[in-house]
Amino acid sequence: MSNLTSGAKMLLECLTREGVDTIFGYPGGVTLPLYDALFDHSIKHILVRHEQNAAFAAQGFARSTGRTGVCCATSGPGATNLVTGLVDAMMDSIPVVALTGQVTSKLIGTDAFQEADTFGLTRSATKHNFMVKTLAELPQIVHEAFYIASSGRPGPVLVDIPKDVFQAQGHYEPVTEIHLPGYKVYTEGHSGQIRRAAQMMWEAERPFVYAGGGIVWGRASAELRELVELLDAPAVCTLMGLGGLPGTHPNFISLPGMHGSYAANMGMTHADLLIALGTRFDDRVTGRLAAFAPHARVIHVDIDPAEISKNRHADIPIVGDAKRVLAKMNKVVAELKPAMAAKNSESRKSWWKQIRAWKEEHPFAAPVSTSDIKPQHLMAEIDRISNGKAIVTSDVGQHQMWAAQYIRFDDPFRWINSGGLGSMGFGLPSAMGAQAANPDKLVFAIVGDGGFQMSIPELATLANFNLPVKIIVSNNGYLGMIRQWQELFYNNRLSAAELTTFPDAEKLAGAYGFTGRTIDSPNDLRAALEEAVATPGPYLLNVKVSPFENVYPMVPAGGAINEMVLGQPQPVEVG
Amino acid sequence: MLQVIGVLLENKPGALMRVTGLFTQRNYNIESLTVARTLDPSLSRMTVVVDVDSKIRAQVIKQINKLVNVLQATDLTDEPSVARELLLLRILSGMENRTAILKEAEIFGARVIDSSVDGFVIEATGDPAKLDEFVDVMRSYGEIQVTRSGLIAVSLEMKKLRLSPPIPTGQELEPAAK
Repeated sequence: MSNLTSGAKMLLECLTREGVDTIFGYPGGVTLPLYDALFDHSIKHILVRHEQNAAFAAQGFARSTGRTGVCCATSGPGATNLVTGLVDAMMDSIPVVALTGQVTSKLIGTDAFQEADTFGLTRSATKHNFMVKTLAELPQIVHEAFYIASSGRPGPVLVDIPKDVFQAQGHYEPVTEIHLPGYKVYTEGHSGQIRRAAQMMWEAERPFVYAGGGIVWGRASAELRELVELLDAPAVCTLMGLGGLPGTHPNFISLPGMHGSYAANMGMTHADLLIALGTRFDDRVTGRLAAFAPHARVIHVDIDPAEISKNRHADIPIVGDAKRVLAKMNKVVAELKPAMAAKNSESRKSWWKQIRAWKEEHPFAAPVSTSDIKPQHLMAEIDRISNGKAIVTSDVGQHQMWAAQYIRFDDPFRWINSGGLGSMGFGLPSAMGAQAANPDKLVFAIVGDGGFQMSIPELATLANFNLPVKIIVSNNGYLGMIRQWQELFYNNRLSAAELTTFPDAEKLAGAYGFTGRTIDSPNDLRAALEEAVATPGPYLLNVKVSPFENVYPMVPAGGAINEMVLGQPQPVEVG
Repeated sequence: MLQVIGVLLENKPGALMRVTGLFTQRNYNIESLTVARTLDPSLSRMTVVVDVDSKIRAQVIKQINKLVNVLQATDLTDEPSVARELLLLRILSGMENRTAILKEAEIFGARVIDSSVDGFVIEATGDPAKLDEFVDVMRSYGEIQVTRSGLIAVSLEMKKLRLSPPIPTGQELEPAAK
């Protein structure tokens, strides 16, 4: 290209080279030059109704495809509105590139209209951020941003671009290489450590696999499955890792932690070897750290060296990419198998027996009532329809935990939720992003009546772009998790937990031009879900569920994970 | 405990903010921090002293190394290194103490860099504990004002700098999900 090109066009050219086909965004004063260039560009722009939802939608795009999601906002309020979505992506290690406009260079620092210190504000909200100072450095920075976002441990990267850089004219030279001398990605794993780990796996009597989001993002699910089968070890997948091992796999237990299954948490507690893969020993998984897996030695594989021994000391630390490390590990494990498999086969048999007993003792059984719809029943029905195949997003709270407990995922990149940050309002916009990326797939947004009302504006986006998301509101009339904690730990003083008003679903959806319906009878549940799926276009199904259901098992805050509360204390009949 | 960390970082916009922001974010207390360009003007070298539990020392280094602009962070606390701090001290004193002050300064190897009828400005370098003593001594002679540079340190061993090579752009994208 020898002709002069504007910064805005150069940016779009770089995005195209990075394979970007969809941007979620909202225009503003300083991004007008960019939007002018977008007007007749092949990149599709999805106009959201609030910038926070652009960041969540970009995450939904990324979490359902494995590709980097892109969102865009203007300076000042546009950029500040992105921040929650960026921190959310940071906590869950999701590759997102955020493009923000900034006021014209010479106005920076003058408290100009819609000026905010986006670069300073998003330092800790991102894996890395950039402020573009001149047009000459723009292409380089954009490619660096995509590389940083998607490599190593993925994360959000923000590029702040002043208006005059969008407008400036220059000669576009495609960037052929980038150089980030200080940015190190360790992928291979130490072969000596891998060998020792494999040895340790065969020496263990009670091995237990604890797999996280690193399996999903490392595209290592096939390798995980191979390892689990070679060892015939029980495995849990964290909230971030669900789908890393198929939910129907015989060795899959459930998710572990605060609302994990009895078998998962008892298994962790009694294991003599924890094989932690792409996971970070989050407090919601470990409970009281000092009492976590007290008998276990730990093999910890992670691509981020800072996660190793951060919370729990690793006996065998391995820094590397899950796929590559596991591929090597599986080779050694298979090689050692003939010599070592017999060694502890008896104790391993009784370990499985014990785990099966725990599973049978307290399974996730969906309670069904004839009078009202139990939220667990709702999730079980969604699971039946999905059959491991649908993309399911959730908001944050009780319904999120039930969805994670009851819905199985055959593949990674199916289960989408805000795990680390726990951002309410995540479910609907992330479903929007996932649906935009997967127009032909069935996408459920499972939301509570609280979180749904945080993202109601996006119903317009669904209608606008005809994104056929099936929104299922698990409506209990309360901020359910708040109510649960107030009931259990604050003498049932329900402070600001009740949501007395909820819009009429039929009218609400109707106002946006699609179908909505409210049900409250268990008899209607299955048919209503089937109708939602069969109806073309978006669908809002408001499911009135039992208001006082609690999520169990539950590890109280500060408790050890084997000290689970397993169910509602039964009322004692008095005289 | 006090941990002394040497950081070599790219002299890019916001690089300093990233390091200090990281400390705030991770709840590491900064005792002192100095930063200046190196011989290569595109790089800066920083010495940070942080007050952290000794158990998390390795974690602090790993977190700093994760910053994209950081080329190398090294824990200098226990390894062969020398560390010095510069102190500038202004002392107001009457004529009766001037000789004694000069004598004390000499003992501490400090240098007078300004002298007036009101007193002196003295510069001293050394390890922080020695400078503390110097300050205590000077305080006994009159009203003082002190500016300290914070510690700077250099390792006595040459550290091999491992840098990432350039990466071609437009690489094959990671395979998308099924």
